[in-house]
Parts: sequence; structure tokens; C-alpha cells
Amino acid sequence: MGELSMLDYTIGEPITDTKAPSGPIDERWSARKFSAKLVNPANRRKHRVIVVGTGLAGGSAGATLAEQGYHVVQFCFQDSPRRAHSVAAQGGINAAKNYRNDGDSVHRLFYDTVKGGDFRSRESNVYRLAEVSAQIIDQAVAQGVPFAREYGGLLDTRSFGGVQVQRTFYARGQTGQQLLIGAYQALSRQIDAGNVELHPRTEMLDLIVVDGRARGIVARDLVTGEVTTHLADAVVLATGGYGNVFYLSTNAKGSNASAIWRAHKRGAYFANPCFTQIHPTCIPRSGDHQSKLTLMSESLRNDGRIWVPKEKQDPRPPSEIPEDERDYYLERLYPSFGNLVPRDIASRAAKNICDAGYGVGPGGLGVYLDFADAIQRLGRPAVEARYGNLFDMYQRITAENPYEVPMRIYPAIHYTMGGLWVDYDLQSTIPGMFVIGEANFSDHGANRLGASALMQGLADGYFVLPATLNDYIGQGGFTDVTLDDPAVVEAQTGVRDRLERLLAVNGTRSVDSFHRELGLMMWDHCGMARTAEGLRKALERVPELRAEFWRDVRIPGTGEELNQELEKAARVADFLELAELLLLDALVREESCGGHFREEHQTPEGEAARDDENFSHVSAWEYGEKPVLHKEPLNFDYVHPTQRSYT
Amino acid sequence: MKLTVRVWRQSGPDTEGQLVDYPVDGISTDMSFLEMLDTLNQQLIESGEQPVAFDHDCREGICGSCGVVINGQAHGPETTTTCQLHMRAFSDGDVIDVEPWRAKGFPVIKDLVVDRSAFDRIIQAGGYITAPTGAAPDAHATPVPKPDADLAFDNATCIGCGACVAACPNGSAMLFTAAKVSHLNSLPQGQPERAQRVLDMVDTMDAEGFGGCTNSGECTLACPKGIPLTSINTLNREFLKAARKARK
Ligand SMILES: Cc1cc2nc3c(=O)[nH]c(=O)nc-3n(C[C@H](O)[C@H](O)[C@H](O)COP(=O)(O)OP(=O)(O)OC[C@H]3O[C@@H](n4cnc5c(N)ncnc54)[C@H](O)[C@@H]3O)c2cc1C
Ligand code: SF4
Ligand code: FES
Repeated sequence: MGELSMLDYTIGEPITDTKAPSGPIDERWSARKFSAKLVNPANRRKHRVIVVGTGLAGGSAGATLAEQGYHVVQFCFQDSPRRAHSVAAQGGINAAKNYRNDGDSVHRLFYDTVKGGDFRSRESNVYRLAEVSAQIIDQAVAQGVPFAREYGGLLDTRSFGGVQVQRTFYARGQTGQQLLIGAYQALSRQIDAGNVELHPRTEMLDLIVVDGRARGIVARDLVTGEVTTHLADAVVLATGGYGNVFYLSTNAKGSNASAIWRAHKRGAYFANPCFTQIHPTCIPRSGDHQSKLTLMSESLRNDGRIWVPKEKQDPRPPSEIPEDERDYYLERLYPSFGNLVPRDIASRAAKNICDAGYGVGPGGLGVYLDFADAIQRLGRPAVEARYGNLFDMYQRITAENPYEVPMRIYPAIHYTMGGLWVDYDLQSTIPGMFVIGEANFSDHGANRLGASALMQGLADGYFVLPATLNDYIGQGGFTDVTLDDPAVVEAQTGVRDRLERLLAVNGTRSVDSFHRELGLMMWDHCGMARTAEGLRKALERVPELRAEFWRDVRIPGTGEELNQELEKAARVADFLELAELLLLDALVREESCGGHFREEHQTPEGEAARDDENFSHVSAWEYGEKPVLHKEPLNFDYVHPTQRSYT
Repeated sequence: MKLTVRVWRQSGPDTEGQLVDYPVDGISTDMSFLEMLDTLNQQLIESGEQPVAFDHDCREGICGSCGVVINGQAHGPETTTTCQLHMRAFSDGDVIDVEPWRAKGFPVIKDLVVDRSAFDRIIQAGGYITAPTGAAPDAHATPVPKPDADLAFDNATCIGCGACVAACPNGSAMLFTAAKVSHLNSLPQGQPERAQRVLDMVDTMDAEGFGGCTNSGECTLACPKGIPLTSINTLNREFLKAARKARK
């Protein structure tokens, strides 16, 4: 173990999820719901619950908890809950409805998700997700979410990468927007009814823990700069993922890790930070000015065919390259899934082929996604009906017409499977703090299949949390916390001091310049492929960059006003800390699985080589002087780990 | 490209604002309009000045956060959001005016950032369907004829950006409200609250200080999501019907 001692971390006690009932998997959720304490509706009113975030997870949770009778205090940093990052999801949402009669079932969705996550998720959680998935569609339709429909008036579905049934419900290329608007409208109704107190343009900057329990948050009003304190009996974090640690990603610009990182520093374990998903179908970057990357929905892979010229750096326009001089490499390498292989496989294949010199477009960092066949087979109107808005978006960004020339795509950072550790109740290691949606680590394992993040966010918010939170509140024992409690004062002063310190640096470099440098380094050393050497290099550089940031960042303006540079600076300061844990986790996980690909661990065919013997666990990190690694062993009683094969 | 951008600078809601000229250099035609503003902001930060505040988030044309008036037009010269407008729409040497949404219903917060929370209050007044969570009927229990579903969908695409209000000479929020009413009222699920919805939403719209609609049609021209003027006819019709019923 000489090698590991070089790293600054220690191994702690194993961790277990004590809330998941044993017994047959299809009875566990019912059993848990039945054993959970109930809270009398009249008593619920007396309890305040803070929900941070208004995306699919937070919006659905806030609306449901308020409807159940709790007094909800809700936050988002955007000007309106409707603008949460979930709004950008394009492709669709999975549900085991079997409306197509194509052999789908709860068990199959469960199976696909466990396998797709490369056997790094919990069976109990995933089964529950599959179980409630069908109800999500019912709920959304009842709210007026306009899913795509067939001529007979019934719902339409399509298939997504990594699966062979059509279980994905969608609303043109705007599924996230439509689902979010549904949740937002339900939330709006509760705001009007006085059950939800909404704080838009307000950012959580710390968690308040009193007597070991989460009892509130410290936040900053982004318009006035005022630092405010909010107390409650439970805190729910629904603050989304941390993909923006890479700077260039498909995430909204404001997406950040501050809420979960602050909570981590207060005692919540951070699980599997190195599990990041890279999406294969993004528009390649066009220059150094680029501020973010744009996703082209994976649903395009249903009808688009991916290829590169067989000739390196073939100068001909794609239309002049004859069929037999094209390499449809996914169809060649993975004949039974073809263009619909899971994301990690499609992404790595694109990277490999570009690294080998076959890439197209500027810098050779792109592959073709071609609709010529589909247009010929289905006709342009049908293609337009399915993907019209995506094609328009592509044309707007690249000034190329994808009906006439193939799209160019390249992988980009998209989603983070890691997040705060939660048990089956979605409760973190800090009692009273629950974490839902992309902010937690559960359900997706090492890889997320398409259309399953929306499903998880809504399952957590509409169905799971509302049942498990009752249990926590029902156990009672809440003492009164006042604003002069030492823990409250300490959190509040800490936030003020930190903002003042940031403003006082008054150096020479902009926040963005630090963020870009961090992002580039993370992409180079901890992106689609990782090596011990690269990770070590980055682990040396990140602390240096962090020190430089605190020495040389320049933030104009003051803290008593709308100050977007200050907002960014506080977020980047957190990314600079989180990045280190992410790198460490990637270095310690000496195997390849899903979105985590260590070059040292691959099969002779270049596929991810899992090491189930040593790494079939969740890595849950505790914050401290040195990070402490707690391992949660994973058991597979229903889906037996096999080499994931898509050939 | 080298450009001159004249940006509206206003330090707070109660202070006076003015257009200030800034030269920007090194603008590529592949940049989005917001990336051009990013470039300007980096320049300003380097020279010790305050960067220009503007709202944005997804930068994919879907969250509705971004929105400024460019050369007098809401979201600029093309029918899209500001984040999806690219600099290829401009030429080297251009002088570009950038101002916030201007409307009584949208007070300026700082520079190009305005307060659009009145839109949220219009939705809170009735822009929803009362569907309690947990016990919804099977989604296939109520088939929705495709034409109705499509009509609902077309109106549901509104992103709440507020360009319609900014473009309207009266600062009216009719198109936004009409889109929501048309979305929900054309679905079977939306029927129980149909009349009350439209009355409450229109009431709130008026109370929030948005102007009346005089059918100038500027709103649909500026709308990045193509919400049609016919939705306003729908709103008017629904309102009259509901008002008549309420009077009975
Ligand atoms: C371009 C794109 C396309 C996608 N397409 C799909 C798809 O087709 N299908 C699918 O299943 N998934 C898709 N995903 C993934 C999916 O959209 C997200 O994982 C999911 O929406 C996350 O939802 P959430 O509620 O957890 O968080 P978010 O929607 O990110 O919401 C986070 C919320 O937290 C708030 N917040 C964050 N930090 C703070 C703070 N410190 N203080 C106060 N508020 C805070 C924000 O204001 C926001 O309201 C896509 C993602 C992207 C980027
Ligand atoms: S109607 Fe159009 S312009 Fe008005 S808010 Fe909606 S999308 Fe924006
Ligand atoms: S930034 Fe989201 S629509 Fe422009």
C-alpha cells in the first residue's frame, strides 16, 4: 500500500444504509412507507421545511410538501423558479408503463438502470425508482404537461441510448421545460395559498447545524446583498449537479456546487465525486471565447447515424464522401446497439476515433451525425416533427443547415452522478438534511442512462421525500432554535467574513480566468479518460491555483448590491475545493466503470474493466483536515454483475 | 470584429441611468451576443471598472432569463433569444445599443437586469391545474385529440422571457398570459378552473401595472417562441365568456 500513503486521506469505518428494509425487492418501498411515522395534518402546519432549489426535484418537493400541509420556505438563485436548470432537458423521461407492449416492466427498467450504472448503484433505490416511474407520468399529465401524443390521442414514446424498449415519454425537444413548468405551476398554486414562502434571487451560502441536526441556512439576497438567516425543522437540498467544475459543460452557467459543498464541510458525506457523465452529442466548441457547450439531445441517435471518413483528414465535404469510404464506427463496433449504445461508450468511441486522427471539423474534434438516411426514409416533414427545434438550434449556433449537411458533434461534460451521500430515505449523514435530484448520489451508479435524471428528480420530489420526511418530523424532539444560538451566529458571521475576504483580495485576475484554468485542467486530466499520472499532476496544481485565487482574484464592486462577480467568485472558490476531492476519488478508484475510465484499467478491446472484488462500493467522503473515506459495500441479489456488453 | 457597444448603465432601481459607449475588439462571428458581453466584461474588469450586469443562465434559449433590447428591438434583429443571437448578425464597425426591457411592469434592478416577478404572480393567480400529488389517474385514462394537444403544446412553449412586454408600446402582458390560458384551457385537464383561471390571471395582470392590448402585434414579432397573435384572441374570447358567466 506504499502508493496510497502518498495521498492525503484516511480510511474510516464502513458506512451502511440502515433505512432500506430487507425482504423481497418489490415489497421494500411499500414496507418502508408503512413503517414510516405519519404526521397528523393539523400538526404539519407547525413545521417549517426549507427547500433549496426549484428544479424538477425541488419544485416537485416544495409543491408536494406544501400540499401535505408543511410550511415550506423555498429558495433559488434565478429570478423565477421556472428558470431552474432542469428547464433545459431536451430528450425525455423514462417510465415503465409498457404502453407499447414491447416487453417493458418495472423489473426491466430496474435491470437496465442497474446494468447501465455499471453495478455501482443500490438495488433497493433503483427498484423504487422504476416502481414510481409510472406514477410520474400520470402526475405530469394530470397537471397539463403536454407530452407528445399519437393521432388516437394516446401518449407517444421513443427509445433512448442503452435500452431496447420504447419507454421514453417526451415533449418535443423540451421535455425538461414542460415538466418543470408543471412543477412550477403546482408550486405557484401553493405560493398563492400561502403555504410556500418563496425567495427567488437568493443563494444559500451555508448550512446551520444545531445539536447535530440541520436546522436552517444562511443565504444572501442577490439583489440587496443582505445576508439572511432562515430556520426550520428540516432542510432539503435540491440544488443540482456540479458539472460546472469543468467550466465548459452543458449545464446552465449559474449551476454550482456551493450548497452541497458547504453542507459537506458541515458534516454531510460526499459520495462518488469522480462519477461524471460525458454526453456524446454536443455541438463542438468553436473557439476560446466559448462560455458553455450546447447539447444536442441524445434522441437524435434514434435516427441519426454517426460516422467519420475512412481517410484521415479527408478534405472532401461529407456529401462527396461515398458510402464505402465512411466508417460508421458505432455500428461496426457494437452491432446490436449501434448508434444507441450508452453514453459513456459512445463518448469514448468518439474521443478515440478523433484521437486517432479521423475527426472532422475545426481541430479534428468532431464526428458526423447524419440524417440523410432518415430524411430519405421518413421524409423531411417527419424528421422535422421529431427534431425540428434541435435542428434549428444547431443551425443557429453553427450557421450550418443539418437538413443538408450532417451535424458535427463531440462529447462534453453533462451530468454528475456523484453528490451528497443519502440513505434510502434520501437523508444525508446530517440528520434533518435531505438531498434530492442531481444533488445526491443515489440511483445512477457510475453512469446515467438517458432520460433517467428527470425521472429521478421527480420521483424524489413527488413521491419519495414526502413519505420519508414525515418519518423524520414524526420522531419529533425539536428544540426551539433562536437567531442568537451560537451555531447560528457562527454560520452567519462565517458567511459574512468569507464574502468580505473575497472582496478584499482586490488582485489582478478575473474570476472567469481562474474558472477556465481549473476547467481545462479537469477536462485534460479528469475528463473522458483518466490516468494516475494525470490525476497526480492535477492534484498538485489545484491547491496552487486555489492559493493564487485567494491571492489574486479581482472582484469589482461591493457586497451590498447586485454583484454578479461576487456571486461567481464564491462559487468558483467552492469548485476549487471540490475539484481536489473529485481528483482524489478518481485516483483512489483503481478501476474503470461507467463514466469513470482509468486508462490503466481496460479490457484488451479498450472497454472499461471493472474490479468488482475491490471496488463494488460507494465511496463516501467525510470532510476533515484529511478527507476520510467510508466505503458502503454494494450487494447485488437480483441483477448479477456481468461485464457490460453492448456488442 | 471591432464594435462599439452603447450599454445602459444604471447602478440601482432609484438612480438615473444612461447609455455609455464601450469599444470592444476581437469579436468573432461565432460568438453569441452574451459571449460578446462577456468579452466586454472581461475588459471592464481588467481596467478596474464594474462589469455590466445582465441576466442569463441556460444560454440555450430555453430558460427565459436573458433578454435585452438591442438597437431598439427586444432580443435584437432575429427572432430568437439574446443568448442564441450570434455576432454574425452584425458587421465590423457597428455601433450597437443595448438596453434593458422597458415596461412599467418590469422595474430596472441594475444595468440590464429587470424585475420580472410580476409574471410569477400572474401564474400564481391561476396559471395552473389543481392536481393533487400522489393519486392521479392513469395517463391514458383521458386521451387528448392530437389537434388539441398540439395547440396546447404550441402555447406551452412560452419561456416567460418578457420580450412581448418589452416590445409592446403599451407594456402589455397579454401574449404571455394568453399563452398560458391557451395552453391550459385547451386540455381536458384544464376545464374545471377554466373560467376562474382567466378572470384571476387578467385581474392580476392589470393590477401589476401592465398596459392594455391595442392589437399592435409587436409582441408576436418579438416572441422567440412564436406564440401567435391568435392566442390573444383566445384569451379575449375566454375572458368574455368567463365574465358573462360570472355576471349571471
Ligand atoms: C442540456 C441538458 C439536457 C438534459 N436532458 C435530459 C433529458 O433529456 N432527460 C433527463 O432525464 N435528464 C436530462 N438532463 C439532466 C437533468 O436535466 C438534470 O439532471 C436535472 O434536471 C436536475 O434537476 P435538479 O432538480 O436536481 O436540479 P436543477 O434543475 O439544476 O435545479 C437546481 C436548483 O437549485 C437552485 N440552487 C442551486 N444552488 C443554489 C444555492 N446555493 N442557493 C439557492 N438555490 C440554489 C437553482 O436555483 C435551481 O433552482 C439534461 C441536462 C442538461 C444540462
Ligand atoms: S409570449 Fe413569447 S415573448 Fe412573451 S414571455 Fe412568452 S416566450 Fe417570451
Ligand atoms: S440564457 Fe436561457 S434563454 Fe437565454
